Amino acid sequence: MAKHHVTTTINGDPVEYLCESEQTLLDCLRDELDLLGAKEGCSSGDCGACSVLVDGRLVCSCLVLGVEVEGKEVETIEGMAQGEELHPLQRKFLEHAALQCGICTPGVLVAAKALLAKNPDPTETQVRYWLAGNLCRCTGYDKIVRAVMDAATEMRGA
Amino acid sequence: MRYEKPTTVEAASALLAGQGARVLAGGTDLLVQMRSRVLSPEVVVDIKGIEATRKISKDASGYVIGAAVTGAELKEHPTLSKDWPGLVEAANLIGSTQVQGRCSLGGNLCNGSPAADSVPALIAARAVATIAGPKGTRELPVEDIMLAPRKLALTTGEFIVSFKIPARPKHGGDAYLRFIPRTEMDIAVVGCGVALALDDGGTCTAACVSLGAVAARPLLVEDAGKALVGTKVDDAALAKLEAAVRAACKPIDDKRGTVEFRIDVAGTLAKRTTLIALERAGKV
Repeated sequence: MAKHHVTTTINGDPVEYLCESEQTLLDCLRDELDLLGAKEGCSSGDCGACSVLVDGRLVCSCLVLGVEVEGKEVETIEGMAQGEELHPLQRKFLEHAALQCGICTPGVLVAAKALLAKNPDPTETQVRYWLAGNLCRCTGYDKIVRAVMDAATEMRGA
Repeated sequence: MRYEKPTTVEAASALLAGQGARVLAGGTDLLVQMRSRVLSPEVVVDIKGIEATRKISKDASGYVIGAAVTGAELKEHPTLSKDWPGLVEAANLIGSTQVQGRCSLGGNLCNGSPAADSVPALIAARAVATIAGPKGTRELPVEDIMLAPRKLALTTGEFIVSFKIPARPKHGGDAYLRFIPRTEMDIAVVGCGVALALDDGGTCTAACVSLGAVAARPLLVEDAGKALVGTKVDDAALAKLEAAVRAACKPIDDKRGTVEFRIDVAGTLAKRTTLIALERAGKV
């Protein structure tokens, strides 16, 4: 079976790659494009470590086939900082020490950014429910939630 | 494995009629099952290239919801949550935010789990599936589609294109509740969908009660609906409904709940779900 030739946009840049039908978007990002920010935790959509946006929609890239993003816009953790300038969420995660081993962090940041784009002023409960699909194996949830709330406040200019 | 993305129902049916073909909608079950080698399809047919599977339309007779419309899209629809809040809430219980970005009503039903959250809500709403296949298109009520775990009434080459949901009655309301041991990200131990309609005086004129996770397939409990019709949904009617629900349950014992527990919870859950549907029906 010939490989699929996929033409897509990743973090604003036009990208082309070849993939097998079975390869997930996560496989393509990591193995074909050397974008290693999205992590493989569970491969079953439970842990959220592979979270990316496809056409603005938060998804687990382990549950999307690489061939499915033909013509779509993909956003990954690699597109979050602007050059040397960290996104406010990234800065707040450092300030609040909202990470320990760091495996869940790229997925949490992508998911949190999607939340704040939709709801700039979430309650703590809304943050916790939105991030329920992002598991932290170090169980550092409180600092993650506080960092997201603080980043939201800063981004609102409040 | 071959990946195909047809743009017409005819092309999709032809592909699905072949050996070892599976439908891909949101992939939140299919890709997991492929990864764990439970399924090894030869052809994966992505139905999202067919426009009818991806849109929600509304007219005087109700809604037509594409089988591959995502949970997140159901929630964002401007009127669906007002007309059928129970259905939207049930669909939104499937998985995480990430899963909501992909999961669909068609997939939740055709995955063939008796515990699927959106299915009792669809049945309670009297949803009818539009099924395309090699011999053309047919319609089937949702309660007739799943026969047993992983076993559907669809024949080779058939797939669900969309669901018809009737217009909300003037004094109509629906609700879905499930019991899980935690607050989020779990599989129903018992699920219950209720939709009912009242006349101007508050007497129940129609009621439909459906249960998930208490039998080999989602159940439409006709006696439970009948217990409400003609009443003001008072305590006596609710007691009859509770008894009818418990009588209909044929659950299994597993690590998430015993037979006795599931039967008991089903009755209580059905009463609570009915009261929410009743409150919603009272609001025009």
